[in-house]
Amino acid sequence: MSSELRANLVALNTIVYREVRRFTRIWPQTLLPPAITMVLYFVIFGNLIGRQIGDMGGFSYMEYIVPGLIMMSVITNSYGNVVSSFFGSKFQRSIEELMVSPVSPHTILMGYTLGGVLRGLAVGVIVTLLSLFFTHLQVHHLGITVLVVLLTATIFSLLGFINAVFARNFDDISIIPTFVLTPLTYLGGVFYSINLLPPFWQTVSLANPVLHMVNSFRYGILGVSDIRIGVAITFMLIATAVLYFGCVRLLVSGRGMRS
Amino acid sequence: MSSALSIRQLTKTYGNGFQALKGIDLDVAEGDFFALLGPNGAGKSTTIGILSTLVNKTSGSVSVFGHDLDRQPAALKRSIGVVPQEFNFNQFEKTFDIVVTQAGYYGIPAKVAKERAEQYLTQLGLWEKRDVPSRSLSGGMKRRLMIARALIHQPRLLILDEPTAGVDIELRRSMWSFLTELNQQGITIILTTHYLEEAEQLCRNIGIIDHGTIVENTSMRQLLGKLHVETFVLDLRHDLAQAPQLAGYPCRLINAHTLEVQVDKDAGITALFTQLALQNIEVTSLRNKTNRLEELFVSLVEKNLSKVAI
Repeated sequence: MSSELRANLVALNTIVYREVRRFTRIWPQTLLPPAITMVLYFVIFGNLIGRQIGDMGGFSYMEYIVPGLIMMSVITNSYGNVVSSFFGSKFQRSIEELMVSPVSPHTILMGYTLGGVLRGLAVGVIVTLLSLFFTHLQVHHLGITVLVVLLTATIFSLLGFINAVFARNFDDISIIPTFVLTPLTYLGGVFYSINLLPPFWQTVSLANPVLHMVNSFRYGILGVSDIRIGVAITFMLIATAVLYFGCVRLLVSGRGMRS
Repeated sequence: MSSALSIRQLTKTYGNGFQALKGIDLDVAEGDFFALLGPNGAGKSTTIGILSTLVNKTSGSVSVFGHDLDRQPAALKRSIGVVPQEFNFNQFEKTFDIVVTQAGYYGIPAKVAKERAEQYLTQLGLWEKRDVPSRSLSGGMKRRLMIARALIHQPRLLILDEPTAGVDIELRRSMWSFLTELNQQGITIILTTHYLEEAEQLCRNIGIIDHGTIVENTSMRQLLGKLHVETFVLDLRHDLAQAPQLAGYPCRLINAHTLEVQVDKDAGITALFTQLALQNIEVTSLRNKTNRLEELFVSLVEKNLSKVAI
């Protein structure tokens, strides 16, 4: 192993460790709120309202929404971790510690992305464990479940990174989650099957990337889906590659970090 | 002696059109203790920003120990440690973690990083504060923390941008002796400071930058040699009613027991005391009115200002 590669592996480990230390140190802000929110969703939507709705896609409403809610927490937390951590570093100027060091842009990006993925997975595991108090979960296809959750967490971590690079103040890091991410997630088939929609809105819904992620994950858990899994996974792989190289270019240019 | 830093025709024009550097050339020899001085907005921090890769240059070349900024940025970064003017660490991290994390960015394994962190934090008097969040450190401690962080990868060139700003005199002196020790160990040091006494005491060579150009780049001794007249303040044992007549030494009485005398370099100071003794004027103490370097600095900057105005 070359010394350059070894140095970058140590740096990657350092960034990931620092990111994990950050979100575990402030767990009442990072891990607890999504757990409480999801329990409320399980109680209100799954239990109280769900009993009135009946079955969906051959499963109880609670069983049907659990994969979507797990995915929703993974998406918001992966995104939120990177955007707040990277923007926080820019705001405090501690990003300069990384910029003056010989760490490669790939290592910086992988470090922040892995931090986001790990927080997304940590919250995903917490929400999954909580869901077991309300319903029985089976895993239909483990490989697809793991692949989809990893790709989704990676994509939203990279999107969070882009948001943080362009953000100039704290308002800028809440605009996208509020006005883009939340509507896309709520309209992404978390709570319903798009088969319930009129044909026009079904077609419109297919343009929502979150729909493909939620349905792929639901397929992994329950074995039912409104979309074609192969197409969804191909789209996610391409999106990951495009976003990754876009982020590396932003880092190399020093946008928002160098004058 | 080989070159630690070589800058050629370095220019920087910011997005708003402000030309911060207008083609500067600068060389710092390996092992030197070099002062980079200049008034506010002269281009010092821009130069340091380019060296530390936090500012993109517009044109020109920079090399550190032969590593070119454009072609070997990683090798260049490894040979530099930077202590910036502003605090730029995570205020929520512990002191020890900040230093160890920085080591990790340079690829230093955790075990070695922890040993070095202990060594530098101890040397800089911060070991007792290792588990304290950095935001609760005093201003002087934060400055020392940035020095420990800059040294953790054992750079050959240490760049300090006003490291003693806001630091009390006792602490400043201990930092001077620490920096002198580092320099004696072979680390090349570039220092920017507003305390000219600090530059005069520590540095062997000096560059003065103003309005984006180098107006002086020479040794401290040669620069101070350009000072022809020094002003001394003399405290007198007995009060005087009026200023004495001292041939070749213009003087004025500041108050009844304090005399200000201008001494030409060629005239020397011995003859002054001879004249004072002949007039039965006893001197209890003597000091420079201003720091010698300060007088030169002001005159050089004023000279450059008049050129720019023309």
